[in-house]
Amino acid sequence: MRTPIQRKEEREKRREKGEDGSYFSALPSHSYPLGSLKERMRSEGRWQLIGYAFMAPYLLLFLIFVVGPVMSAIYLSFTYFNILEAPHWIGWTNYRALLVDDEIFLIAIGNTLTFAFITGPVSFIASFLLAWLLNRMRFRSLYVLAFYTPSIGSAIAAAFVWRILLSGDRYGTLNNALIRLGALDEPIQFLAEQVYIMPAIIVVSLWMSLGTGFLVFLAGLQTVPKELYEAGKMDGVPNVWVELIKITLPIMRPQLLFGTVISIVNSFAVFQVAVALVGFPSPLYAGHVIITHLYDYAFIRFEMGYASAIAVLLFAFTFMLGRVCLRLFSSED
Amino acid sequence: MATQPTEEREYPLTSSQPALAIRRLRLNWTYIWILPFAMAMIIPLVYTVSFAFKPLEELFLFPPPLFPRRPTTDNFQQLVLATSSMTVPFSRNIFNTVVTSLSVMVGTVLLGSLAAYPLAKYPLWGKNFIFSVVISALMFSPEVTQIPRYLIVNKLGMIDTFGALIIPNLALPLGLFLMKQFMEGVPTELLEAARIDGAGELRIFWRIMMPLTRPAWATLAIFSFIPTWNDYFTPLIFTRSESMKTLTLAMQTIGSGATSVARYGAVFAAAFLVLLPPVLLFIFMQRRVLDTMAYSGIKS
Repeated sequence: MRTPIQRKEEREKRREKGEDGSYFSALPSHSYPLGSLKERMRSEGRWQLIGYAFMAPYLLLFLIFVVGPVMSAIYLSFTYFNILEAPHWIGWTNYRALLVDDEIFLIAIGNTLTFAFITGPVSFIASFLLAWLLNRMRFRSLYVLAFYTPSIGSAIAAAFVWRILLSGDRYGTLNNALIRLGALDEPIQFLAEQVYIMPAIIVVSLWMSLGTGFLVFLAGLQTVPKELYEAGKMDGVPNVWVELIKITLPIMRPQLLFGTVISIVNSFAVFQVAVALVGFPSPLYAGHVIITHLYDYAFIRFEMGYASAIAVLLFAFTFMLGRVCLRLFSSED
Repeated sequence: MATQPTEEREYPLTSSQPALAIRRLRLNWTYIWILPFAMAMIIPLVYTVSFAFKPLEELFLFPPPLFPRRPTTDNFQQLVLATSSMTVPFSRNIFNTVVTSLSVMVGTVLLGSLAAYPLAKYPLWGKNFIFSVVISALMFSPEVTQIPRYLIVNKLGMIDTFGALIIPNLALPLGLFLMKQFMEGVPTELLEAARIDGAGELRIFWRIMMPLTRPAWATLAIFSFIPTWNDYFTPLIFTRSESMKTLTLAMQTIGSGATSVARYGAVFAAAFLVLLPPVLLFIFMQRRVLDTMAYSGIKS
């Protein structure tokens, strides 16, 4: 170990050589040392070099597997492409076929929208309220675990137990209970009858939806300064609900934004639960969602151009919805 | 440490004694009325676990008892038997999933942290642009990019290899985002001091940044491990042979063939094996995850 005095000497030596500029230039611009413009430009360049070297592996993979695919999906969506032959340009044909002729896609859109507009808001609000309630409790670890665990389990594994709970014969737990209570005479085919399929998917998804958003809220609530609640109390905040709206929510805005984005993305990406629960293809397409449709065309029929058009529509829609929600939430004041 | 959020939220102090009593009372009620909801949430999981350990004759009892009367490991033996007729043993599927998930976990943490460090601490050209692109990538699900990804992976000759299951998942947008948010909280003076002491940038990253952001990368480890462990879509597309199939795929196969009664227990044994690691990981890391998530807001 060097003593502080040695360090100071070294520092001065470096300064004499004009080397230290590079070290300081990693700080915000106001702390750049004085030096000639040329020197500063050189050290600036050095930092760019080091910085981008650090980011290179991530950026490379990000370009290849995220940015690139988005771009090429947009290109492919205007082509006919079956993997064997090179893609050839067909303009808007895929989109026209999708939105006008493909009745099954319209079913998929309908199902996905139903799903998203129920699961999205319900899980968002439930996540927040539960996080808020749990945050007011002292011994909450077990509760957090109880509410969060379903979301980290595999959808495939969870579907097995749900298939028993919702099973269509008399041994299905729910059916059996309803029959014993006298509410039903005949068991209901929850996972095979058209009207019950989407509700079943929604229930299981909601059960699994207290995930990342819930954790973000729970953690965000812990950062709200206690002094604010104290101050609120002195200013005569009448009850916890006013406290929630006037103090907690405004401070939680960044976390709420993050939670919104997460819940939008998750609710439009429904696939695993649907396939695991009612299979693919589902009876009368009652559990058919956009990603199921995409999977069908891309990896079963190998109509990549058409499937890309589905992907681009989904992408555009979630992206725009995300932007709109961000704008709505962030421009409140 | 200055960068940590407050450890535990105490009861807000109230000035008057009766108010405190009322507050206590209300809190107690919350414990009680929230209990049925919590129970409802975990009952399907408890069933999964108990089915895995129930002997055959108990599987079809009604109402299904919450806990097995005579717990047994028969179902796990059944699982081994049921899968022995397949071309590859079930242990191979477990091995595939473990290797994939662990590699994705380590890779995501490493690449995410490396990229987040200059984004958080250097006056980099174009860093706002890069960050906003990454934020945008948070806003759509990976399924959307699956087709070109498939084409790329295909072109690189990686189909049906571990590479296909691991490499495309490494540049996780959430990873860069979380690490950057957290690293911004590390005081710049610390880095400055290390630079004055003559430490190189890699050394600063490894010796100062990484130890100080341990809660963040612990969180990221969980958030990359669990989805990979549970992933169904990626292995479904990127694997061909039986020997590359992951746990979720194998489980789906066993499950869809669960017509015989003996298979029924085996399926739950498999489900139990799939559920266990993510849950254990979270129990183990709960505190750290919550500390980190406090930093995950999107500032606008």
